Amino acid sequence: MALTEDGGKGRARVSLPPWIKTTALTLGSIAVTMLGLLFVTFIIGRVMPIDPVLAIVGERASQSTYDAVFLELGLDKPLVVQFGYYIWDVLHLDFGTSLLNARPVSEDIARVFPATLELATLGIFIGIVIGVPLGVVAAARKGSWIDQVARVLALVGYSMPIFWLGLMGLLVFYGILGWVGGPGRVGIFYVDVVPSVTGLILVDAALDGNWDVFKDAFSHIILPASLLGYFSLAYISRMTRSFMLEQLSAEYITTARVKGMSEWDVIWKHAFKNIRVQLITVIALSYANLLEGSVLTEIIFSWPGIGSYITTALLSADMNAVLGGTVVVGLIFILLNIFSDLLYKIFDPRAK
Amino acid sequence: MNTFAKLLTGVAIGVAVSVTSFSAVAETPANMLVIAHRIDDVTTIDPAESFEFAGSDISRNIYSRLVSLDPNDLAAGYKPDLAESWEVSEDGKTITFTMREGVTFHSGNPVTAEDAAFSLQRAVILNKTPAFILTQFGFTAENATETIRADGNKLMITTDKRYATSFVLNCLTATIGAIVDKQTVMANEVDGDMGNEWLKTNSAGSGPYKLDGWKPNESVTMSSNPDYYGGAPAMERVIVRHVLESASQRLLLERGDVDIARNLNPEDIAGASKADGVKIEDELKGRLMYLALNQKHPELSKPEVRQAFKYLIDYEGMRDSFLKGQYTIHQNFLPATYLGASEENPFSYNIEKAKELLAAAGVENLEVEIGVREAQERIEIGQSFQNAAAQAGIKVNITVGTAKQILARYRARELDVYLGAWGPDYPDPQTNAGTFAYNPDNSDAAQATGLLAWRNSWDTGGLTEKVEAAVVENDRDARVQMYQDIQAEFRETSPFVIMFQQIEQSAVRDNVMDWSTGQAVTSAAYWQVTK
Amino acid sequence: MAEQTLRAWLLTDTPTSRRHAKLSALYQGWLAFRANTMAMIGLGILLALVLIAAAAPLLAPHDPYVQDLGNRLAPLGSEGHILGTDSLGRDILSRLIYGARITLYIVALVAMIAPIVGLLVGTVSGYVGGWVDIVLMRITDIFLAFPRLVLALAFVAALGAGIENAVIAISLTAWPPYARIARAETLTIRSSDYISAIKLQGAGGLRIITKHIWPLCVSSLIVRVTLDMAGIILAAAGLGFLGLGAQPPSPEWGAMISEGRRFILDHWWVATMPGLAIFTVSLAFNLLGDGLRDVLDPKAGE
Repeated sequence: MALTEDGGKGRARVSLPPWIKTTALTLGSIAVTMLGLLFVTFIIGRVMPIDPVLAIVGERASQSTYDAVFLELGLDKPLVVQFGYYIWDVLHLDFGTSLLNARPVSEDIARVFPATLELATLGIFIGIVIGVPLGVVAAARKGSWIDQVARVLALVGYSMPIFWLGLMGLLVFYGILGWVGGPGRVGIFYVDVVPSVTGLILVDAALDGNWDVFKDAFSHIILPASLLGYFSLAYISRMTRSFMLEQLSAEYITTARVKGMSEWDVIWKHAFKNIRVQLITVIALSYANLLEGSVLTEIIFSWPGIGSYITTALLSADMNAVLGGTVVVGLIFILLNIFSDLLYKIFDPRAK
Repeated sequence: MNTFAKLLTGVAIGVAVSVTSFSAVAETPANMLVIAHRIDDVTTIDPAESFEFAGSDISRNIYSRLVSLDPNDLAAGYKPDLAESWEVSEDGKTITFTMREGVTFHSGNPVTAEDAAFSLQRAVILNKTPAFILTQFGFTAENATETIRADGNKLMITTDKRYATSFVLNCLTATIGAIVDKQTVMANEVDGDMGNEWLKTNSAGSGPYKLDGWKPNESVTMSSNPDYYGGAPAMERVIVRHVLESASQRLLLERGDVDIARNLNPEDIAGASKADGVKIEDELKGRLMYLALNQKHPELSKPEVRQAFKYLIDYEGMRDSFLKGQYTIHQNFLPATYLGASEENPFSYNIEKAKELLAAAGVENLEVEIGVREAQERIEIGQSFQNAAAQAGIKVNITVGTAKQILARYRARELDVYLGAWGPDYPDPQTNAGTFAYNPDNSDAAQATGLLAWRNSWDTGGLTEKVEAAVVENDRDARVQMYQDIQAEFRETSPFVIMFQQIEQSAVRDNVMDWSTGQAVTSAAYWQVTK
Repeated sequence: MAEQTLRAWLLTDTPTSRRHAKLSALYQGWLAFRANTMAMIGLGILLALVLIAAAAPLLAPHDPYVQDLGNRLAPLGSEGHILGTDSLGRDILSRLIYGARITLYIVALVAMIAPIVGLLVGTVSGYVGGWVDIVLMRITDIFLAFPRLVLALAFVAALGAGIENAVIAISLTAWPPYARIARAETLTIRSSDYISAIKLQGAGGLRIITKHIWPLCVSSLIVRVTLDMAGIILAAAGLGFLGLGAQPPSPEWGAMISEGRRFILDHWWVATMPGLAIFTVSLAFNLLGDGLRDVLDPKAGE
């Protein structure tokens, strides 16, 4: 949303073919943003009072062990040089090795990111399927009980500490009622049962035709996904409602009504059609937020996703892991923003 | 518009119905052991490098050692494992092990004296964190090939001086004593790292289990080694699953999704013990909880102040409340069940006594910072202490941080007070005596960051020599008496307020038999478990 | 009677001075706001919160720090402890009451820092344009592209845990949206005839920004801040929950949930009560923000 508000305004002086200019500007800004992102993360990692060497060698290490690791990590070199090395490696798609589990960071990310992707996708799906119709209905029936319900739902969603709601949900639906699976992605007996093709357990299980695993994985994901879905629903339904209200008060709607068009057609064929682009922008933004890894939800549900990965890495001074995770998350965020930005420019009648 | 209301209700009902149809499973398979545990401390499983609790658990079940402890009879001490027998030379410096015949690694390669020599040399040369357990006998990267050598089916190790034989053998039961498959490891060597990079995530052992996989912060899976020389274990698969929250572990256990939950807090233990089909098993562990007072601090270095702090701990109050069942009062640096451990606990919660001591030292308006690791029980001990100290007129500021943050400052001698835990590294009294009461060079330049006495800038007041004498004493009774004396003096003079010894409470499904977390001396073992 | 005249004076269609006009507009806004029941409820809750925080020592039945290990985890409705006691036997109600101070403190500080930084960056960026604009907006993008909680976590981890550092960390993550709003407003205002007229009179850039652009950006920022307050409270509670906010024994609500979650199965109220408190306060901010938006910024989309 943010990037769309002012995309490109105020800097239109170069006289190249517009599409080259736009593309170059876009790519340039991605590169600069990514570089900045890396730099900030890198600096944070270095000023942090956690000693990465100590993080590796632990409490009992002798000084000689400590010194050896210190040199191994190249910590004796100036910061700029260290940063340079790092960028060089990243350009070669090498994120280094996680200090804490001795694996390539890219391998770790390939493992944790699908977990977040799966959760976020189901979450946003729930958010859209319920949020959009709810918003439309609330706008069409402004002031009705359903509008009030939608409003309260959204307000509660905005105001609820997610970690607390997660805890309560786990307590009630898993602990007391036993309706859903517990923390983690699948039950213990189903770990590694289906071959990992996409890394998304639901998809992998379906591809493999193993419906027991699918059911079990679904019972684990449904609670955290509903929780995330609820939070995006709160946002999406509010936004849908206000976009719709704006359209419904427009003149062409009045004209259509006067012409005797059915209320259903007015709402769906006209008003809703016109808010699609705005809506996609909003959804893309919510999705980007979910893909950043909802740290607290992932922690409460022991969900091995990228949010909890970065957090754990951060607190243990595993800077390669933090940097790698941040790059991926930042890139996704930026790309989704640009995607919605483009969409806006292409389809929005006013932008033309 | 009603269609939409209907649609919404439809979706809601659909979700509810589909969800209710998935009820949890009732029981784990009979040949499988499923354990809920916190394994986020595992950073490597190379036995030459691994030094965390959960990592040691993995190693103990995958690798065999020259000598090891029997999980069903831990009190007996070390027993022959890959070494069938051993002899000590006249001068007491060389131990010659005779290797057991016919044992193979998981790869199928035979276990030879050569492998054993390689494993120990490797640990010394790599010089990773736990290397000190071996290098304290005078092994170095330079002399490793002479001091540790194989000859046929004999392995000879020569120490720099005469040590108590039991001390040497006790050290070999530690994780670092694991015997790795030389051929497999060296086949995976990269840049002369002796297979370190590869062994961090793979295994090459001869133990009762072989590693199927370790997913950091997720799970460890093992399957039984059918060719294990001690007989194939009953549990064909073992899955250790990382579950952070005590409440989650308890739910998994109560619902039968796991057989054992290892990190339940006292409240969840109390709750789980009431559930059907769950039993609680207590084992005294070696871990001690202590406060350390930095002797660089002008006030904390006064003898009366050090003693005063020992009266500012509500030992019984904490033991009976938030530490209930999981810690017992223990005020000596040797954990109970260790050779020579003292059972004397002379200090009690006594604010008046502490005030007298502080007054005698002329201390007023003392304000200190205490570093506490971000673990709930420690934060609560810290707060309880803060509360007691306030009543004696001492203002305590708690700084909570992750292990790594606090530890770095502790090692740099920067903290006033540190609330810490210490677990022994091998089942010999030297493990704790050599860190709490031993500090040959108290200068900043010494950088003896591994020694607790050094970290607190305490010169030990003569205990260092006594510790050195005890470790070479070969007469058991004399050695016991020496440790008793050291502990008695330590209680009165040291800047360490040793408070509690840990009891590990495992909540176990009642069909699980012979579970062992290794008590105070070692790590968990799975191969003797039956269901 | 005097009230009536004051009211009439405030509601006049023909203001006699600029101040009169301003007051009149303010009063009419207040009337519109007052008609919004939900917003009034929100305001009521927040006023109550301020009162509770101010009068904490009078209201709290116990000292929030006094421990009683013999009476720990007392259930709801115990004698002398209406909301029970926590793991160290401290009175939960008293801790909640004192915790209100911490919440207010955090909210107030963040509300001071983040919008001002955002306003500064946004207006400068929008007004000056060119390279300055590009650089500032890139920086804003960098901060926006960061996962928010991770960024806050990183800062707290770097600076050390504590309330002040948590506030700084949250502010650091909260300013970019303000900068964008302020920039967008500035761009609109900059090209208006009104600013051109002032420029012709010879006013400098600094003067235009501070005297003419800032005042016009403020109302939309206020709305945004009020709406963000709930998010700030939740972020602070999240940091507290992760042990990076207020340090023990301070009764910060997020930290209280974190302490209580260990007992969630058998002593659910220990974590539930602070959770409800956080919920109530952030709901109040949301209600208030909604109402304010309707009054100050009726067109706003969100």
